[in-house]
Amino acid sequence: MARMATRQRVVVSTIGAWFFGFLIFFPILWMVLASFKTELEAFAIPPSFLFFHWTTENYATVQERSDYLLHAMNSIIIAGGSTLIALLIAIPAAWSMAFSPTKRTKDVLLWMLSTKMMPPVGVLVPIYLIYKTFGLLDSRIGLVFILCLGNLPIVIWMLFTYFKEIPRDILEAARMDGATIGRELVYVLTPMAIPGLASTLLLNLILAWNEAFWTLNLSTSNAAPLTTFIASYSSPEGLFWAKLSAASTLAIAPILVLGWFSQKQLVRGLTFGAVK
Amino acid sequence: MGQITLQGVQKSFGPVHIIKGADLDIADGSFVVFVGPSGCGKTTLLRLIAGLEDVTGGSILIDGKNVVDTPPAKRGLSMVFQSYALYPHMSVRGNIGFGLKMAGLPKDEINRKVEAAAATLNLTPYLDRKPRELSGGQRQRVAIGRAIVREPKGFLFDEPLSNLDAALRVQMRIEVTRLQKQLGTTAIYVTHDQVEAMTMADKIVVLNAGKIEQYGSPLELYERPANLFVAGFIGSPKMNFVTGELAQQQGAATIGVRPEHLKIERDGAGGWVGTIAVAEHLGSDTFLYVDAGPLGMLTARYVGELSLHAGDRVSLVPDPARIHRFDQSGAALRN
Ligand SMILES: Nc1ncnc2c1ncn2[C@@H]1O[C@H](COP(=O)(O)OP(=O)(O)OP(=O)(O)O)[C@@H](O)[C@H]1O
Ligand SMILES: [Mg+2]
Repeated sequence: MARMATRQRVVVSTIGAWFFGFLIFFPILWMVLASFKTELEAFAIPPSFLFFHWTTENYATVQERSDYLLHAMNSIIIAGGSTLIALLIAIPAAWSMAFSPTKRTKDVLLWMLSTKMMPPVGVLVPIYLIYKTFGLLDSRIGLVFILCLGNLPIVIWMLFTYFKEIPRDILEAARMDGATIGRELVYVLTPMAIPGLASTLLLNLILAWNEAFWTLNLSTSNAAPLTTFIASYSSPEGLFWAKLSAASTLAIAPILVLGWFSQKQLVRGLTFGAVK
Repeated sequence: MGQITLQGVQKSFGPVHIIKGADLDIADGSFVVFVGPSGCGKTTLLRLIAGLEDVTGGSILIDGKNVVDTPPAKRGLSMVFQSYALYPHMSVRGNIGFGLKMAGLPKDEINRKVEAAAATLNLTPYLDRKPRELSGGQRQRVAIGRAIVREPKGFLFDEPLSNLDAALRVQMRIEVTRLQKQLGTTAIYVTHDQVEAMTMADKIVVLNAGKIEQYGSPLELYERPANLFVAGFIGSPKMNFVTGELAQQQGAATIGVRPEHLKIERDGAGGWVGTIAVAEHLGSDTFLYVDAGPLGMLTARYVGELSLHAGDRVSLVPDPARIHRFDQSGAALRN
């Protein structure tokens, strides 16, 4: 009896999990399918699910009309650059807060996080004007800078929680063993912190890759990453569903692949080190 | 050589005074145990000696040289942590050899020394395992191996056995003592287990609330405690204390008698009369907890089996030569 109950439970929860998994995945699937339809079929009602005239012409048009590679390169530079700079700043910051905390460390951390509570649109105008004055509009450097600042609080928080998990005793043992700060870093701390560093890096890459508020508002063409590239297909001249889908599929493909191969690290990262 | 001297060592954390002036002379090659109740500052004092904390005042001399401004690694001491603090990503070999690697020794010499240390500690079969693949006792031995391989002037142990089960603890206690004698290296050992203290130490330091209450050999502390605190802390079960008229008759504010120095007599009329509240029969010993009316609860110990039970009336006769007397301030009065 009890056995059957648990079996039933497993079946029900498996079906439930697949159902919700599919529900969440459906928009992406729909987008990919739409990218292979003609514009006409793309918004035909009723829509056809699989039995339509498959075509790759949208991809060709998208590549022709706008330079996918340029935007992809911009995305890589902006996401990668902002992540690396954020890590360079965050590692020493999180380190010092984790290993030599003061009375105000908690306040500093909360203050940093509080900056994430403010809606970015609240500072759009001042930032836009500053960027305009310094000629940073539509520049890669400008976007790297703003995304780096935007994600810095989260990066510091994540690294802080990881560093906090490293037992102090081990660092003290290394000091007793005669390791200088530099060697302690190389031989003891870094190897122990690598999982945390990796998941922070991955999560931040994804956040920066998908960031659409600042990239849309501060770039137009030269520095525009893939987010701007997608947005350019919902233009005033009309909505091109199929081309928009093709552009979106191209834009998310790299990050989807990266995410797929680093699932384990990401789950660890998203739980903020709570699960060991 | 490894002579360690503390002169007026003080430590405050912000406004809180934790170590209130410690003076201590630890002879080369001796095994000194710090005991005291939880929170009395044992770990803090050990960390001050190690150099993991900076002193607020006073000086620490190692072989006559003041080391208060010397970083931990340069003091020539090695430490065994309660949590073992092994490097999780290194093999046993890497863990034991890390200090030698930091000192810049050539690889083959490191290997030779690590293997010798591993052999001493029966760790040879585990040299290539990671710490997580070892049992608690093996991890503890790796931590000890890491300490001995550097041939330090002194070992510092902070409750190294408290995470082990009772049987293993006894075995490791013996191993640590033997190893220390064999190497002849000065050792400071922190514990709150007074059996460990009594059995391992050449000399014991009893700490209470950041002050050294007494420094002496285990038997000195047992036979001539300097004050009420030491008298109550050393010895198990605890010494019985009696105040009031009985104490005044002896010219003291408080008198103390150890449970093993009370002679137990059935239905006796002399001595201190009371009713047994609890009787514990261990076979080897019998412990009686006796409600002695105005004198309070008294504990008596009998070596061997004594068939007395709760509710029985007994009289307890103190051995007159073994009565400890203390004045109003708690200091011991000597005859
Ligand atoms: N870094 C610190 N900051 C503030 N107070 C501290 C610090 N380290 C220790 N203390 C305080 O100093 C006192 C002594 O601590 P310590 O760890 O030396 O005690 P202990 O004798 O080792 O106790 P236990 O037997 O529980 O290990 C405690 O009251 C503790 O709260
Ligand atoms: Mg302690």
